[in-house]
Amino acid sequence: MTAEATQIAGGEAPAINIIAFCCHYCAYAAADLAGSLRIQYPQSVKVVKLPCTGKLDVQLILDAFEHGADGVMVAGCMEGDCHFQQGNFNAKRRVTHTQGLLRQIGIEPERVKMFNMSSAMARRWADAVTVMDETVRQLGPSPLRRHRFKTAHPQGETP
Amino acid sequence: MSNTDATKSGSNLEKVLKAGDFAVTAELGPPKNADAEAVRAKARILKGFVDAANITDNQTAIVRMSSIAAGVLAHQEGVEPVIQITCRDRNRLAMQSDVLGAYALGLRNVLCLSGDHQSFGNHKQAKNVHDIDSMQLVHMVAELRDANRFQCGEEIKGVNPRFFVGAAENPFSDPIDWRPYRLGKKVKAGADFIQTQMIFNVPRFRDFMKRVVDLGIHEKTYILAGVGALKTPGMAKHMREHVPGIDIPDEILQRVEAVGKGIEDKAERTAAFQEEGIKICVELIQQMREIEGVAGIHLMAIEWEKVVPIITERAGLLPRSHWESERLKEAS
Amino acid sequence: MIVAEQKGLDEIKNSLGDAKRVLIVGCGTCVTVCFSGGAKEAAVLGSSLRMSTQIDGQGKDVSEATVQRQCEWEYLDTIRDRVEKADIVLSLGCGVGVQALAEHYPDAVVVPGLNTTFIGLPVEQGVWAERCAACGSCMLGSTGGICPIARCAKQLLNGPCGGSSHGKCEVSVETDCAWQLIYDKLKAQDRLHLLMEIAPPKDWRTGRDGGPRKIVREDLRLPKTSEAPSES
Repeated sequence: MTAEATQIAGGEAPAINIIAFCCHYCAYAAADLAGSLRIQYPQSVKVVKLPCTGKLDVQLILDAFEHGADGVMVAGCMEGDCHFQQGNFNAKRRVTHTQGLLRQIGIEPERVKMFNMSSAMARRWADAVTVMDETVRQLGPSPLRRHRFKTAHPQGETP
Repeated sequence: MSNTDATKSGSNLEKVLKAGDFAVTAELGPPKNADAEAVRAKARILKGFVDAANITDNQTAIVRMSSIAAGVLAHQEGVEPVIQITCRDRNRLAMQSDVLGAYALGLRNVLCLSGDHQSFGNHKQAKNVHDIDSMQLVHMVAELRDANRFQCGEEIKGVNPRFFVGAAENPFSDPIDWRPYRLGKKVKAGADFIQTQMIFNVPRFRDFMKRVVDLGIHEKTYILAGVGALKTPGMAKHMREHVPGIDIPDEILQRVEAVGKGIEDKAERTAAFQEEGIKICVELIQQMREIEGVAGIHLMAIEWEKVVPIITERAGLLPRSHWESERLKEAS
Repeated sequence: MIVAEQKGLDEIKNSLGDAKRVLIVGCGTCVTVCFSGGAKEAAVLGSSLRMSTQIDGQGKDVSEATVQRQCEWEYLDTIRDRVEKADIVLSLGCGVGVQALAEHYPDAVVVPGLNTTFIGLPVEQGVWAERCAACGSCMLGSTGGICPIARCAKQLLNGPCGGSSHGKCEVSVETDCAWQLIYDKLKAQDRLHLLMEIAPPKDWRTGRDGGPRKIVREDLRLPKTSEAPSES
């Protein structure tokens, strides 16, 4: 039995998986700084570094959800200060587009969100993760995971 | 009796214009149903006050009784129709077929129009036709009469339709500079008469007519200036904003608004607006009579036919010569 | 190029019915450059369908394949085994591609994922506009290079109509009046005399009204294998 399945069967709060796509120049640096400063924030986030959020494809976000993410954060530089000029604006448009797609698919669009910060804003990173974690917990596990558990482990049966 | 050989079509409208009288046409909107009496009732209102009445053809792309059918009914009531054909709804076969039939039924005036796009109307999903455009339609109908042949070149054997052919022009629509030349093209295509969109800005219309006169177009066709009867300030504003080419100067709009001020009762206020609208229309007509090249007016009182007798009377346009001669005949 | 738009996800799902194994076929030419049916779009649609049908309980098995052009038999040959393994083929080609797939694989059930809209170009990134109606007898030389058949809502040849206002068409303020454009262009080039002539009614036989069209170029046709070589 998987750890997640154990948790559900045991009635515990399931682990939440959030993938955070962070740009190298700002968001990743901010996350790193948060670590150095020992700022506490929820552990539900796994960071994936991109050279710039402009590298983000709609497909990356969908892949994340398809492979078990409950939420996706996209964190880039402050608007106007992107290291590659327009990258974070491109990412913003793609995030908005993906929110629309997710709604059609049957996944709550609030599960993907974009954040902007500078490399010095360690606390902002921590706050962003906290906000995302709260949002996703409120929504519960991704509809994909709920469905997998419903069909894979029907009530009362041990796998 | 007048000599029909002297006119191309024998129509009353053509005779009036040829005689040099200031012509009056108005509009008769067919009903959105199959009620013949609705057409007859409107015709009875207009009888004696116009030289001919335009019978609109699915105006604003809203389905109404066909122009030819309503035209025949109006004709039976003693009102000479100007039937309208839009390029939106018929191809060249149907148009020529309709023209043959309309002539056989006694109709003699036709106005050739592009037609409002179907997206304006109540059947937005329809396919439009536009096999030919209004200029080509004018030429086609004129050729049926003058060259005695169909659009395909084939000769017409037997009775050919001999219509008095009209076209429309919108003097203030864009591109402004091109409009007099386009008018010239329609005349070259064969337009015997022209009816313009409603004019409220007389100085601007004078400039337009000056250019038309300079090009000599007024000698080759009869131009009837469009005049409208405003019912409310709301109607005026709506037309100004949404109908291309309608130029209602602020002074006119303010005049209509002013008469309604201080009147509490809605019915009274409406009556005041309408009265001012009629006054303005009468003034416009009087100004049109003074402009060189204007051979008459086309009075557009949309769904307000009953105001036509009032306006024509106040503008000194009565009696209409045709009816006077009929009256004299009856009296003698 | 041919410009198309993807259908909505719900409409696509409905058209798949109960089919279990879905093959999405993308096209690498026109629909790639208008971002509606290329490899990327096929991948996004694949993810969307897999996730969506999992959530609503259908659980479809969706895979993707993209060919250089769906409108040529040789390129369609390359995916034969993928097509044969699928219950339904969802084509992201233009209407030509969908029909080519259906014709080349007569046993396959093929459904369209796009609405093919027009022949046009990207006026700027992300914005495409119609330019050609494929009337079969091009007269762009007499209208300053602006097509009244494709760009005038009433296909006027002696325009504009009375509905032209501030350079826009009466149908929409977002649509340029083609005849205003033609007039401005010819005026700027001092060639307004082209508009003084009355253009005659169009011969629509070369267009779609004449029936479905076909072009045969004998100089390009390959000899049939059964043909004997000509004696030299």
